[in-house]
Amino acid sequence: MNLLWVVLLPLIGTLVPLFTERFGRNICAFCVALLPAWSLILVLMYAPDIFNGQAIRQTIEWIPAIGLEVSFRLDGLSLLFLLLILGIGLLVILYARYYLSLKDSMSRFYVYLMLFMAAMVGIVTSNNLIQLWMFWELTSISSFLLISFWSHKSEARKGARMALTVTGAGGLALLAGLLLIGRIVGSYDLDTVLASSDIIHAHAAYPVALILVLLGAFTKSAQFPFHFWLPHAMAAPTPVSAYLHSATMVKAGIFLMARFYPVLAGTDLWFIIVSLTGLTTLLLGAYIALFKHDLKGLLAYSTISHLGLITLLLGLNSPLAAVAAIFHIINHATFKASLFMAAGIIDHESGSRDMRQLNGLWQYMPYTATLAIVAALAMAGVPLLNGFLSKEMFFAETLNQSVLGSLSWTIPLLAVIGAAFSVAYSLRFIHDVFFNGQPVDLPKTPQEPPRYVRIPVEILVALCLLVGIFPAFVVGDLLHIASFAVLDHTVPVHNLAIWHGLNLPLLMSFMAMVGGVILYYNRRHLFEFQSHFDTTDAKHIFERTIQSLVKAAESITNTLENGSLQRYVFTLLLCTLVMGGLPLIELTQNSGTRASIPLDGVTIVCALLMIFSAVATVIWHRRRFLALIFLSVVGLIVSLTFAKFSAPDLALTQLSVEIVTIILLLLALFFLPQSSLKESSNRRLSVDLLVAGLIGCVIGTLCYAMLTTPLNTMSDFFIANSKTGGGGTNVVNVILVDFRGFDTLGEIIVLGIAALGIFKLIANMRIAIPARDDKGRAWSNDPHPMMLEVVSQSLLPLALLVSAYIFLRGHNMPGGGFIAGLITSVAIIQQYIAHGVQWIKPRVTIDYQWIIASGILIATATGLGSWLFGQAFLSTWFDYFSLPWIGKFELASAMLFDLGVYLTVVGAVMLILANLGKLTTSERLDIQENN
Amino acid sequence: MEVIYAFCVGLLAACGFFLVLRGRTFIVVMGLTLLSYAVNLFLFASGRLTLNGAAVLGQSAQYSDPLPQALVLTAIVIGFAMTAFLVILAMRSRADQGNDHVDGQIPVRPVSPSLLDKRNG
Repeated sequence: MNLLWVVLLPLIGTLVPLFTERFGRNICAFCVALLPAWSLILVLMYAPDIFNGQAIRQTIEWIPAIGLEVSFRLDGLSLLFLLLILGIGLLVILYARYYLSLKDSMSRFYVYLMLFMAAMVGIVTSNNLIQLWMFWELTSISSFLLISFWSHKSEARKGARMALTVTGAGGLALLAGLLLIGRIVGSYDLDTVLASSDIIHAHAAYPVALILVLLGAFTKSAQFPFHFWLPHAMAAPTPVSAYLHSATMVKAGIFLMARFYPVLAGTDLWFIIVSLTGLTTLLLGAYIALFKHDLKGLLAYSTISHLGLITLLLGLNSPLAAVAAIFHIINHATFKASLFMAAGIIDHESGSRDMRQLNGLWQYMPYTATLAIVAALAMAGVPLLNGFLSKEMFFAETLNQSVLGSLSWTIPLLAVIGAAFSVAYSLRFIHDVFFNGQPVDLPKTPQEPPRYVRIPVEILVALCLLVGIFPAFVVGDLLHIASFAVLDHTVPVHNLAIWHGLNLPLLMSFMAMVGGVILYYNRRHLFEFQSHFDTTDAKHIFERTIQSLVKAAESITNTLENGSLQRYVFTLLLCTLVMGGLPLIELTQNSGTRASIPLDGVTIVCALLMIFSAVATVIWHRRRFLALIFLSVVGLIVSLTFAKFSAPDLALTQLSVEIVTIILLLLALFFLPQSSLKESSNRRLSVDLLVAGLIGCVIGTLCYAMLTTPLNTMSDFFIANSKTGGGGTNVVNVILVDFRGFDTLGEIIVLGIAALGIFKLIANMRIAIPARDDKGRAWSNDPHPMMLEVVSQSLLPLALLVSAYIFLRGHNMPGGGFIAGLITSVAIIQQYIAHGVQWIKPRVTIDYQWIIASGILIATATGLGSWLFGQAFLSTWFDYFSLPWIGKFELASAMLFDLGVYLTVVGAVMLILANLGKLTTSERLDIQENN
Repeated sequence: MEVIYAFCVGLLAACGFFLVLRGRTFIVVMGLTLLSYAVNLFLFASGRLTLNGAAVLGQSAQYSDPLPQALVLTAIVIGFAMTAFLVILAMRSRADQGNDHVDGQIPVRPVSPSLLDKRNG
C-alpha cells in the first residue's frame, strides 16, 4: 500500500471525465467516483494503524541538498478530514449527476471537482510546509474555476474573482508565514516543525509568523473581516456550495489552525486574536443570516457563523475546547452539506431560492422536507441531533475561559445570543419554506426529486441522527484520535453523552431555544429595525477597490514608462548613482597599500590627449563627423594604454577593432544626419552633466581603490599550467582557447548571431540615399583613386601574410584567432574601399554567412572531437613534431579551435561591413543614372 | 600613474553617460562606444597595472594578470558586434520611422519662446 496513491488517485481522476463523457452521464459519473472511492478504501485500510495511535509517513526525496521533498503523512486529524473530503466528495459526485442540467458540461464540472478534491487531500496529508502551501493555492484556483462554472453569469464571474483575490492574498500571507516558520525551525518538515513548539514560541518573530499564518486561515475560512467573499461564492452550482463552501474548503483554514495548534497556540496573542475573531464572526454571521431571503444566502451566513464558532473554540487555548472544535467540524460538515443539497433540490424543483416565494412546500415534497427539517434542527442544536452535542460542549467551554478578564462573563452571554439567532434562522428555514401558507408565483410546480438525488441527503441526515443519539459509539474513536493529533498526544477526558445532568450548559441551550423562538416570532420588528440600515453590497466595495487599485497601478506605470528612452536611462543612472555612491560615502579610505608606478612624460601627454579628445567628443557631439574623429583618437590611446601596461594582445585587438568600428560608424553616418540641432534645454544639459559627472566620480574612485589594493588573483594557476597543460606560452591566448574555451565558443556564437541579425536588418532596409551632405555639397563622384587602388592591391598579400603569422604564433606569442581575424578583415575592407563592390564581387564568390557557420562548426567539432578520445568537451591535445627543413614544431588541437574563432571573426566583420557598404554603392549607381 | 589612469576611466565613463542621455541615435552609439572604452579599461584595471610584464612565459620576470586580459579581449570583440548591431538598428529606425530620435518619434514638447528665437536666429 502506498500513501502517495491517496493523493494521486483523485489527481488522476481529473482525466477520467474527459474520456468517459461520451459514454453518457451515468457511466461518466460512475467512473469519476471510482478513483476517489478507491482512495477512500486505501485510507480506511490505514485506519486501524491510526486508531492504534500511529502516524504513517511516506517521503520521496527530490532535492535533498536543500531539503526539498515530496512528503506525506497520515495521522488522526488527516484521517478525519480525509473521511470528510472523500466521503462527502463521493456523495457530491452522485448529487451533481442529477443536479447538472443537460446544458452544463458535465466533464468540465467533474474535472474541476476532482482537481479540487486532489488539492484538499494534498493539504491534509502534506508533511512539508511548502508542499502544503502548494496544495492550498491549488484549492484557491480550483475553487475559482468551480465558482465561475456558469461563467455566462456576471455574478458568478465577480464572485469567483472575489474569492480568488481574498483567498489568494491570504495564501501569499500564509506562504510568508510558513517560510518564516521554516526559517525559525530550520526545516520545512512538518514533523520537525510540530516538535519545535518551544523554539517557535520563544522566537522574536513568533508574532509575525502567527499573524501571517492566521491571515491565511481567516481568509480561507471566511472569518471577519474577510467573510464577505463567501456569500458571493454562492453563485456557484449548489453541489459546489455543498462541498466547498460548507464541508471542505472553508474548513481548510480551520484545519490549518488545528494542524499548527501544537506550535502556534497556547500564547496570549493566539488567545486574543483567534477567540475574538471567532466570536465576532459567530455573532455577525448568525445575525445577518436571519435577514437573508435567499435560501443559499441564509446558509452561507450560517456557515460563516459556525466557522466562527469553531475558530472561537480553537482560540480558547483549552484542550477540551479543541476537542469540541473538532467535534463541531464533523457535525457542521454533515448537517450543512445536507442542507445545501436540500436547498439545491428545492431550487431545482421549484425554480426559486427566494424565501418570500417559497412557502408551504411540505404539501409538494414531504419527504425532502422531512430530511431538510431534521438537518435544520441539527443546525439549531436540538437534542438527539449531533448539533446539540457540540453546542453543549461549546457552552461549557465558554464558561471556562477568561478572555476578557473580569468582563469574561459576557462571552457565555454572547454565545447564547448567537445560538438564539442560530435557532431563529433555522426556524425560518423550516417554517418559511415548508409551511407558512402557499407558494407565491413559483416558476414551476414543486414536486419530489428523483429517487437517487435524495440518497446523499439521506446518508448525511442519517449520520446527524446517529451521531446525535449514539455519539460515543459512532464518532468517539475518530474524535479521540483527531484530538490526539491536534493536542500533541494528550487528550483530556471528555464524555460524549446526550445527558450530562441538569447543569449550566443545558440551561444555556434551553435559553437559546426559547430566545430563538421569541426572536423568530417577533421577526417583523427585527426586519423593520434592520431595514433602517444602509447595507452596502460588499461586491460593490470590492469592485471599487479593485478598480481604484488598477487605476493607481496604471498611473504609476504610465508615469514611469512614458515611452522616452532618455527618461529610462536617466532613472537607471540615478539609481546606479545612489546605490553605487552611498556605500562609498561610508568608506573612509580610498587607497590601498599597493605601491604606485611613477609617472613619465609620454604617459602624461597621452593622457592629456585622451582627456582632450573625450571632452571634445562631448562638446562637439552635434557635429557628428568631428566628434567621430575625436572618438577614434580616444580609441587609439586606449590601445596604447593596453600596450603600455603589458597587454600586447589587447593592444592589437583594440587597434584593429578601432579601425573596423570607425569605418562602420563612418558608413552609418553617411545615411544618418551629419549634425543635429540643440534639443535639450540648458537646465536639462546641466542636470545630465551633473549626474554623468557624479557617476564618473564614483567609477573613478572605485577604479583607484581597486588599482591601489594588492592583487589577489587565481591567475597563478593559469601561468603555472599554461605551458605544461595547454602547450602555449602566451597565457592570454591559452586561457581563451583552452582553459576557458567554452566561454570563447559561446562568444563567437554570439558574434555570429549578431552578424546574422544585422544581415537581416540590412537586407530589408529601405533607406534613402543622401545625394548631398548637410551643407548642401554633392558627394564626390570620383570613384576610386588610382593611388589607393595600386597601393591596396600590393598591400593585400602582405597583410594576409601578417595575419597568418599572427595567427600561427598566437599560442606562444601575442596574437591568435581574434586578432588575425580582425587583421584579415581590415585587409579585405581596404580592398572594398579602394576598388568598390563591383570589383570585389566576381573575385570573392563565397558568402560570408558560410564563413561564420564553418568557423562555429570547426570550433564546436574540435570540442566534440575530444569525446572520441574519452575526454570531456573541449579538452585539448598537443604534441611536438619535427620535419626536415622546418625543424621542430608544435601541433595542438587548440589551433584548430582558434581557426574556428578566426573564421567566425572574419565572417562576422565582413558580413556586417560589406553588406552595409553595398547599401552605399547601389545608391551611388542610382544617382549616377539619374544624373 | 594610478591616479591618472583612474581619472581617465572616470572621465570616459562620464562623457559616455552624458552622450547616452542624448536623444539622437548616432550620438547614443558614440556614447556607448566611449562607455565601452571605460568599461574595458576598468575591467583591465582589476589585474592592476604592470610595466614590461606581458603574460608570455619566459619573456619577463613578473607577469601581468592574464585573466582580465582574456576577458577584456573577448569584450572588445563582442563590444564591436553590439555597436554594429545598434548602429544598423539606428539606420533601420531612420529608414522606417523617418527620423533618428531614440524613441522613434520626435517628442512634442512645449517649446519656450527663447529657444524658438535661438533656432530662428
